[in-house]
Amino acid sequence: MLIGIVPFGLVVGATSVADHFGTGAAIGLSTIVFAGASQLAVLQALASGGSAVVAAVAAWTINLRILLYSASLAPELTHETTRRRLFAAYFLTDQAYAVCITRWKVEHGERAGRLSYYMGAAVTLWVVWQMATIAGALLGSAVPADVPLDFAVPLVFLVLLVPTLVSKPAIVAAAAGGGAAVAAAELGAGALSIVAGAAVGILAGALAEARWS
Amino acid sequence: VNNVWTAIVLAGVGTYAMRASFLAFAHRLTTLAPWLQRVLRQIPPAALASLVVPALLRPAGHLDVTQARLFAGLVAALIAWRTRSTLITLVVGMGALLALRAL
Repeated sequence: MLIGIVPFGLVVGATSVADHFGTGAAIGLSTIVFAGASQLAVLQALASGGSAVVAAVAAWTINLRILLYSASLAPELTHETTRRRLFAAYFLTDQAYAVCITRWKVEHGERAGRLSYYMGAAVTLWVVWQMATIAGALLGSAVPADVPLDFAVPLVFLVLLVPTLVSKPAIVAAAAGGGAAVAAAELGAGALSIVAGAAVGILAGALAEARWS
Repeated sequence: VNNVWTAIVLAGVGTYAMRASFLAFAHRLTTLAPWLQRVLRQIPPAALASLVVPALLRPAGHLDVTQARLFAGLVAALIAWRTRSTLITLVVGMGALLALRAL
């Protein structure tokens, strides 16, 4: 998981410099936003002449799924204090969510160890992410142009996706979500196509599960 | 420059609000309704597929099922399924893309 985010972070750092926003913006994005795909979306929106609000809306759209992760993790952390949950929230990412939701139930049958496990994974990810984006910003221009570093982004999401496909409803959710995202993008939905795809996939998966259970 | 930092701060504040949303009120949650649990279970596959599939099917901004990224992605999916390893998947996926491009 950690090794997977390194090329992703390098791409985000290198893109910031390539788009002439500099190393400072790369570090600002990685510490203040700390969500890779949306960091790329902010840079893409600004580079193509979008306003700050348009760039932020693109980022929020891509990050709406984190709202859903928050909803998914919250029931597992009801025993923790609000302050600790609000601190933990800052570190919530695809990777931290995926690791915890798959391993908590197996390795932490008792709730007590769950937040520590989450923080261990999430804070490590944070440190590696910061180092990777700074390295990308500093070294990005040295990477040969024909190395497709940006392909690391879907590959990382693919590694997270595959283990979730453990049931027929999950496969329906993924197929409907992926198909709807492509359809929405073809219709010109832009960054919104990710949210549209996720919404259709969630609905399709929930209906499939209701039907088969 | 101000435009960039305004975008970064707006994006960051909104993203933190989404991260904190349900976690902030977790102490008020008792048990989730079964229908809500059913919905929550679909989030990871649906959200991740909507990030992955367009990146493989329309990498240049339009639907194209005869390009290298789709084939490299399918190879990577097989590797991800068999190994569950991020590193091996990245190496094979990137390698497949470079090899297909060189053909």
